[in-house]
Amino acid sequence: MSDEPEAAVVKRFLYVNRKAPHGTVYALEVLEMVLIAAMFDQDVHVAFIDDGVYQVKKGQTPGALEMKDFSKTYRALEGYGVEKLFVEQESLTERGLTQDDLLVPAEVISRAQMATLMNSMDVVLSA
Amino acid sequence: MLHTVNKSPFERNALEACLNRAASGAAILLYEDAVYAAMQGTSFADAMHGAASRFEVYALGPDLAARGVDPAKLVDGVRVVDYGGFVDLVAEKGPVQAWL
Repeated sequence: MSDEPEAAVVKRFLYVNRKAPHGTVYALEVLEMVLIAAMFDQDVHVAFIDDGVYQVKKGQTPGALEMKDFSKTYRALEGYGVEKLFVEQESLTERGLTQDDLLVPAEVISRAQMATLMNSMDVVLSA
Repeated sequence: MLHTVNKSPFERNALEACLNRAASGAAILLYEDAVYAAMQGTSFADAMHGAASRFEVYALGPDLAARGVDPAKLVDGVRVVDYGGFVDLVAEKGPVQAWL
């Protein structure tokens, strides 16, 4: 028996967000999963497509609903080593949004590029 | 009649179903994720613009604020109400049909 620790396995994780942020709890739950994967030093990617793009829209003030403003947490992801954020261009356009409306630095990519990104992952978790 | 819709038009067809069935002149209140339908510049904006000419369309202010939707940049004809306004609509326009 060796006392040497096994080499850590690092997998490419993709978290796919398709839900708007405040109407359901999905967005907050995915954010917690992302932070857990980051703590295990995994290669974490986060995608925002369809209504998921609303999660990273600027100007959210859910205090009026007496709910936590977790939109600030997206800006803190960088501090946890999560820097690979991707937003789908077509989803923004359908919703009248542009990169300037986003509260966090993210790479805006086409639907075709998003498909390629998804296909390159070891693990994809979607909500 | 007051119709209420709380789902994003991009994810569910509840708003479309409502707009296709509400009587001319009915009141329609958008709240929770349905307030995204009231934004200018979306692929749903033309449908919303048409709706605002046939119905009285309202959006709930606190739900706009929570989602970062600027009440000054809504489709023309959509009016913003607060919780008190929601109650007034129920009292004045009822009965209520909720499109879930």
